[in-house]
Amino acid sequence: MKDMTEVTPVYLDNNATTRVWPEVVEAMLPYFSEQFGNASSIHAFGAEVGGALRQARRSLQELIGAEFDHEIIFTSGGTESNNTAIRSALQVQPGRNEVITSAVEHPAILSLVDWLEKHEDVVVHRIGVDKLGRLDIDAYREKLSDKTAVVSFMWANNETGTIFPVDGLAELAHQHGALFHCDAVQAVGKVPIDVKSTDIDMMSMSSHKLHGPKGLGALYLKKGTRFRPLQRGGHQERGRRGGTENAPAIVGLGKAAEMARASMAEDIKRMTALRDKLETGLVASVGHCFVTGDPLDRLPNTSTIAFEYIEGEAILLKLNQAGIAASSGSACTSGSLEPSHVLRAMDIPFTAAHGAIRFSLSRETTEEEIDRVLAVVPEIIAGLRVMSPFWSADGASPENFDPAYA
Amino acid sequence: MWEYTDTVKDHFFNPRNAGAMNDANAVGEVGSLSCGDALKLMLKVNPETEIIEDAKFQTFGCGSAIASSSALTELVIGKTIDEARKLTNQDIAEFLGGLPPEKMHCSVMGQEALTAAVAAYKGEELDEDDHEEGALICKCFGVDAGMIERAIRNNKLTTLEMVTFYTKAGGGCNSCREPLEELLADTNKAMVAEGLIKAEEAFIFGSAPAPKKEKTVKGFVIPDTPVAAPTGPAQPSAPVQIAMPAAPAAAPAAVAVAPAPAPAPAAAPATGLSPAKEAILVARLIEEMRPTFKRDGGDVELFDIEGNIVMVHLTGACSGCQLATQTLGGIQKIISEALGRPVRVIPVAKT
Ligand SMILES: Cc1ncc(COP(=O)(O)O)c(C=O)c1O
Ligand code: FES
Repeated sequence: MKDMTEVTPVYLDNNATTRVWPEVVEAMLPYFSEQFGNASSIHAFGAEVGGALRQARRSLQELIGAEFDHEIIFTSGGTESNNTAIRSALQVQPGRNEVITSAVEHPAILSLVDWLEKHEDVVVHRIGVDKLGRLDIDAYREKLSDKTAVVSFMWANNETGTIFPVDGLAELAHQHGALFHCDAVQAVGKVPIDVKSTDIDMMSMSSHKLHGPKGLGALYLKKGTRFRPLQRGGHQERGRRGGTENAPAIVGLGKAAEMARASMAEDIKRMTALRDKLETGLVASVGHCFVTGDPLDRLPNTSTIAFEYIEGEAILLKLNQAGIAASSGSACTSGSLEPSHVLRAMDIPFTAAHGAIRFSLSRETTEEEIDRVLAVVPEIIAGLRVMSPFWSADGASPENFDPAYA
Repeated sequence: MWEYTDTVKDHFFNPRNAGAMNDANAVGEVGSLSCGDALKLMLKVNPETEIIEDAKFQTFGCGSAIASSSALTELVIGKTIDEARKLTNQDIAEFLGGLPPEKMHCSVMGQEALTAAVAAYKGEELDEDDHEEGALICKCFGVDAGMIERAIRNNKLTTLEMVTFYTKAGGGCNSCREPLEELLADTNKAMVAEGLIKAEEAFIFGSAPAPKKEKTVKGFVIPDTPVAAPTGPAQPSAPVQIAMPAAPAAAPAAVAVAPAPAPAPAAAPATGLSPAKEAILVARLIEEMRPTFKRDGGDVELFDIEGNIVMVHLTGACSGCQLATQTLGGIQKIISEALGRPVRVIPVAKT
């Protein structure tokens, strides 16, 4: 957006996408115009490509604690990984036509299962969450059966950061002979993952959420898991995903994975402290707002705060004018008329869901930046509330407003 | 994010007349917290002159909702109540230099609040609430699910093409085709259940014919020779296209070069009507279509018929916009079907 003022902008929308680290760009560069060959070719133009891809695969393997490097299949992103995993799981288990997932997944799962339900005779169970965004595990147990082909739960929620106990959820799925898929797009690189010690069969990742390039992702496929490719073609990725590898991007993701792993422990500590400072500061200075998600188990970088009686897009525009980039699950920003499906599944009242703002930090976020946010937000919120029909000089007054229709 | 005009941005960042008004004598409130849009419009009307001397608003909503409210107050101040009630949402959008299609509902909300305020002032009852919207389906033309469903139901539409003709949805980039197909299939299914249409008429998801890729000969230039009407079973309806149905497949190469005589030119009109009778029929068909155009603020009139060419006047919202092409395609198809031979509809300027 253009409205940036002269001050250095503060980027707090890292769950949407992240800045590609300069080291990552540097690692990628040789693979555009020097080592541009096809990894499958014999000649020298691609001589180093194969080795670089192997190295990148190993870096990602280490980041997620996979047992073998061939358990990683590179794809075009989290969305493709999700589509591949769910469709494959349905195909390899004839006789099982049910999918269990949660009501708060990313659209890369939800619109897919909507489609499958409507047009491909798949039965879908969407498990709800409580007010803190925690999965209703009893409801999940109830839906598991010998008809379940695949269970898909996300590791961490992109809007609230709430973490699901995927390890235990995967064990439950296996008790019923179902495959378990995990959308870990928001978790990889932010929290420690050791996938080999879990029952997870398939796991989706996306490069651009951890300072790698966009348009690249990966699907972890536990050794021995039956699989059908989504995209057929050449023998790349051992025939599991045809198409010439995006070598520069893969090299970049490898570098990003290495870097994320190297500093993860400190990053978590620092981001958590900054996030907590942001939350306590805003809740104290603004009033009529609250932090959403599970306070005990969520991502260190994500904070979604619901400001009551005002609308999210208006807040974002004002923030943008002040040089602060955040995001909102509000209806108006997304072009739909409904507020975020995640906040609605959490039963957050409409008065607040429309005004929810997500601040998502990265390891680059500094204390000065958080201070800037703390300095400008109270005024922005107050200014918009003065304009709100649900607000009067004495504070919140939703009863003052009695429209001709609702 | 949204492409807002500078005027929209200005009215959002520096809203005019925001805040409460304690001595208002006409107040209109619309929307609700749950829809994410709410507007309270307060007017101070001089009881003698009926002139709106001051206006204030309070809005819960996105950037364009606040800008629309601000624009609304600017538009009504100084007007009489009767002048003000003539304002439409288009006036608000125009004042702001346009709004993204997804955001047009913000201007509608402004108009509705004004209507409510005027009604309150006059002590009138408000009409039934017809404020219903659905997800925005077609971005090219800003058409939402509610409107499409109403059009399908009211007109018993069962093809994608007719949905486009009645609502414009799908007439642009066509990227809304999948949701349109779904909506049409779902609505038809419900209509079958309600006994409104027969099961075999209903549109089945995925059954729409693939768009026919006809070779358009040099833009709109179409051979003037009469072309044989398609023989055999009735053609499946294809998406509206401005191109004339091509000559029979036997001579496609020739068509591209020059109006080669069709292998078996059908000299007599397929319906066997005299030219005068044809003209009467065409005139009637166009008369029947007029209400549809008038709903959109446009109009269509028959001007002349010459062989295969039907000349019409297009006015108002229809002329000049992207829609003209679309509209003509629709008229052309209906006339061609009625006459049993392909005709070409072209717009001519009114002299
Ligand atoms: C939880 C989750 N899953 C999937 C995706 C989609 O990933 P990609 O953009 O790589 O397709 C995202 C990104 O927005 C996400 O947050
Ligand atoms: S979105 Fe409907 S035609 Fe473009």
